[in-house]
Amino acid sequence: MTCRGWIKFRSVAALTVVVALGTAAIAAAQPQSGIVRPTYEPPKPSLKLGEQLYAGNCSTCHGIAGAGITRGRLGAGHVLGEGPPLRNVGAQGADFYLRMGFMPLRNIYSQPGPQRTRVLFTNKEIESMVMYVASLGHGPGIPHPDPAKGNLSTGLQLFTDHCAGCHQVLARGGFVTGALVPPLQTLTDRQIAQAVRIGPYLMPRFSPKQISNAQLDSIIKYVQWTNRPDNRGGWGIGNVGPIPEGLVAWWIAAPLLLIACALIGRRFKRS
Amino acid sequence: MRALRWLLAVLTLGRLARRRAQPESEKERIVPKGTPERGAENLVLLFFMLTMIFAAGFLFVYAYFNASSMPNELLGICIGGAMACLGGAFLVIGKRLVVTEELDEDYPGENPEEQEEVVQIIHESGSRITRKRLLIGAGTAAAGALGAASLAPAVSLGPIWDTGALDRSPWRRGRRVVDETEAPIRAADVLEFTFYTGFPEGAPKEDIASSLVIIRVNPAKLKLPPVRAAWAPHGILAFSKICTHAGCAIGLYRKPTFTPVEPNDALVCPCHYSTFDPYTGGTVIYGPAGRPLPQLPLEIDSDGNLRAAGNFSARVGPGWWNVRSKPTFGTD
Amino acid sequence: MIDPVRDPVRFIDERTSAAPLIKKAMRYLFPDHWSFLLGEVVLYSFIVLIATGIYLTLFFVPSTAHTIYHGPYKPLDGQTVSDAYKSAVNLSFSVKAGLLMRQTHHWAADVFIAAMAMHLMRVFFTGAFRKPRELIWLIGLLLLFTSLLEGYLGYSLVDDLLSGMGLAIGYGVGLSIPVIGGPMTLAIFGAPFPGKPEFWSRMFITHVLLIPLLLAVLIGLHLSLVAARHHTQFKESARHTERRVVGLPTFPAQTPRSIALLLFTAAVLFLLGGLIQINPIWQWGPFEPWLATNGAQPDWYLGWLIGALRLMPSFDVTVGHFTLVPNPFWGGVLFPLFVLAVLAAFPWVERRLTGDRRVHNLADRPRNAPNRTAFGVAFLSWVFLIFVFGAADRIFVLWGLSYDTQLFMFRIGIWVVPLVLFFVVRRVCRELRAADLLEEDQERAERAVAQREGAVRAGT
Repeated sequence: MTCRGWIKFRSVAALTVVVALGTAAIAAAQPQSGIVRPTYEPPKPSLKLGEQLYAGNCSTCHGIAGAGITRGRLGAGHVLGEGPPLRNVGAQGADFYLRMGFMPLRNIYSQPGPQRTRVLFTNKEIESMVMYVASLGHGPGIPHPDPAKGNLSTGLQLFTDHCAGCHQVLARGGFVTGALVPPLQTLTDRQIAQAVRIGPYLMPRFSPKQISNAQLDSIIKYVQWTNRPDNRGGWGIGNVGPIPEGLVAWWIAAPLLLIACALIGRRFKRS
Repeated sequence: MRALRWLLAVLTLGRLARRRAQPESEKERIVPKGTPERGAENLVLLFFMLTMIFAAGFLFVYAYFNASSMPNELLGICIGGAMACLGGAFLVIGKRLVVTEELDEDYPGENPEEQEEVVQIIHESGSRITRKRLLIGAGTAAAGALGAASLAPAVSLGPIWDTGALDRSPWRRGRRVVDETEAPIRAADVLEFTFYTGFPEGAPKEDIASSLVIIRVNPAKLKLPPVRAAWAPHGILAFSKICTHAGCAIGLYRKPTFTPVEPNDALVCPCHYSTFDPYTGGTVIYGPAGRPLPQLPLEIDSDGNLRAAGNFSARVGPGWWNVRSKPTFGTD
Repeated sequence: MIDPVRDPVRFIDERTSAAPLIKKAMRYLFPDHWSFLLGEVVLYSFIVLIATGIYLTLFFVPSTAHTIYHGPYKPLDGQTVSDAYKSAVNLSFSVKAGLLMRQTHHWAADVFIAAMAMHLMRVFFTGAFRKPRELIWLIGLLLLFTSLLEGYLGYSLVDDLLSGMGLAIGYGVGLSIPVIGGPMTLAIFGAPFPGKPEFWSRMFITHVLLIPLLLAVLIGLHLSLVAARHHTQFKESARHTERRVVGLPTFPAQTPRSIALLLFTAAVLFLLGGLIQINPIWQWGPFEPWLATNGAQPDWYLGWLIGALRLMPSFDVTVGHFTLVPNPFWGGVLFPLFVLAVLAAFPWVERRLTGDRRVHNLADRPRNAPNRTAFGVAFLSWVFLIFVFGAADRIFVLWGLSYDTQLFMFRIGIWVVPLVLFFVVRRVCRELRAADLLEEDQERAERAVAQREGAVRAGT
């Protein structure tokens, strides 16, 4: 690279960095949409902060002290609130919904079902709210699965029996009438365990009586394995079966063969 | 000695051919003469060489790796590459090396005279036959009879006349419900918000009429037909796990977490998304299925285990001619 | 002295007197236009299918007997599977080049039928099915539909989760045939689903012998009939007429071209077999009738049937307590049979409608037959839209367009879009033809003017 070229490159790079940083700064400066915060937040997670945040952001739908609202009524900001009680969901439920970005609902009237957004609370705030929700009743704590103890083969078997009907056998997601079933590739061990125990939205919930913690470890091991399944046949084209295969047949093989035909044969000539 | 002579002959072939070419050129040519193309020849040679390299690569990869670490991609590239290069060689041969003649000739047409002669031969051949109709009729009947006799063994393929097999169900009153490991399912272990797969104790699990999907719902919400009032003790419901549309497994149980704003419970088939309502006894609420999911009446024995209290409410599996008539349920 | 050409020729002719035949075969004329090579691609895919298929039979165990899998693929270790499934997994993991052969075989099946579909479109849109080639057209259709069955049997044999679900649907569709469906399907399966163990032998022999034999005979017949009446041709020059066929002789011009196409086809298939994974059965796991996975799909060439099955509203036609038409019949049997019937009847219907009963050796350009082209596009779009709906669940997962919205759109779209396309395409064809005629007129006029000017100049 010549000296001039280097300078040019450097200036372009610098400009890019400045623009990127600027954008990030503007994004960071914008208020996080819709979240109500107390004027003073203690430096450490606390039950009090959790209660304040709950009152400001959750009670419209989930009612006072997690009582739940089963028939919609107008709450703060004229939002028609309606939501399940949180008395016995415990730390497990609060941690799952908040960290997954399901709560607070992006669009309260969203159909079908809650959609994930980016997490709007800080870690401290989430911990506070989890503390508060756990204090409301006798719910389960946050699970601590250990997939290393699991068995891949047991995992596949259990996953096929209980999960594949909706989530697809390689956990690529799917459809159940009324809802979209998410793929499971980006989840943490803890989130998978929580989802199995909670059964968010239309998903069944599986208690330790039905799927033991040891079995759950195997399921999690299998689900994490689907992130990098054994694609020894080459490019995995999404691991969802014949649809991408058909696309390859028509959009890769067929054009190649048409090119072969065009090379060998003659194009149309008008006399 | 003889082999040596052959070898010599082959070696001198080239020269001989050239020598003989001179007198032949006086003959009228069939294939017109083209101009030599050394460039194309070089290209063909290059392609041949590449083919050899790729093919050798295939042999090497095949020999070098063992089965479990065999790089499938490399194998494919080598063999595919060899084929593509050889194809390239033949492409150049076809387009640039051999003479490309565009010839024309008459399209083959009809042959009215021959047609007439064929007809004539057939007509005239039967001139000695007097009772033509009778003979043809009897002959057809004979051929038909022999045909029927030779095709009859095909009936052995399966129970063609007897569709009783489609009515069969391993369930009967008192049969215990077990899970995949043959362990009995206790009523108290069946929880709400989830689903279980059950089988008849001691019967083959893969039988289409064996597998059940078992759920528990709030008994107060049940809207079963009156005759089925006692079929769901403590709100525990059992349905055939085989979809009545096309026979896939009902592998999906949709269970709302918060009923006021979410769709109701449903059993769903993932093949064509037929959706059944458990509360009303398996009626179709979405998708193409034309028949409700058959329900199995349950009872709880003195040990607290689930048992069948009878047979399914209807025949199990996809629809056919007799699927709706009152089932007799032969047991095997 | 030995002549490597003359001696064998003499040897053969002296013993078979085949020299005239050989000479005729060598000078048989082949079409040179690229679109006429699609049929050859089908043939060469078939050859690859046979070659790789034979290899697979040397390792595959067609049995549903249960066994325990122990092998290099850990997620299956210790699971109870069928012999068929185990042998197919072993073929992919423990046989050198076994996976390449299996994948190439599967890709070849996908491409075989895709090439057939393209060949069919070429023949349809150029009117090459007209007299005297109706029989070739019918045999071609038979080939296509037999191949659909052959492909279905092929992937069903493996006994993985996807194939088992496909087989269950096949069983349901078989049962749904009015009146005879029950007994007929029982006869084929030997018992209610999943059938007797003998059913696997039946599928196997059908897939590896009966249907391939039938396909080979049909292909032979198809090609002999093409050879008997020669190929059609476009009116590309004054030499191309209804009476004279123009083309390249088998030898020397066509032979290297055909070999090249054979090799290119095989190359594409083997490259796909090596580079792009198809039907990773080890990932699906073994099948049992009570197991299911979301998003189960057939291979692409049966996608139109799953689309039709899913589009049908919920109803069975009943007569008293008899079920005359169970629901899967519409999408699984009647729909493909209707498509077959329309295509098979088309040559005769067109003759009826146009009153054109002549022999046609010249192929139409699609624009020169606006009604046929418009109908073909409309009909194709009808089948295609139903085909696309077969993937509606995956479309939902990928792009968030809800299944119900799609169901609503497609139930209307499959009728409206073809209708609109019919009129649009017919119009476009007519305009294009008018433009062509105008251009020809202009050229003729220019030529006339040039001639006159030339004459005037010569006169002065």
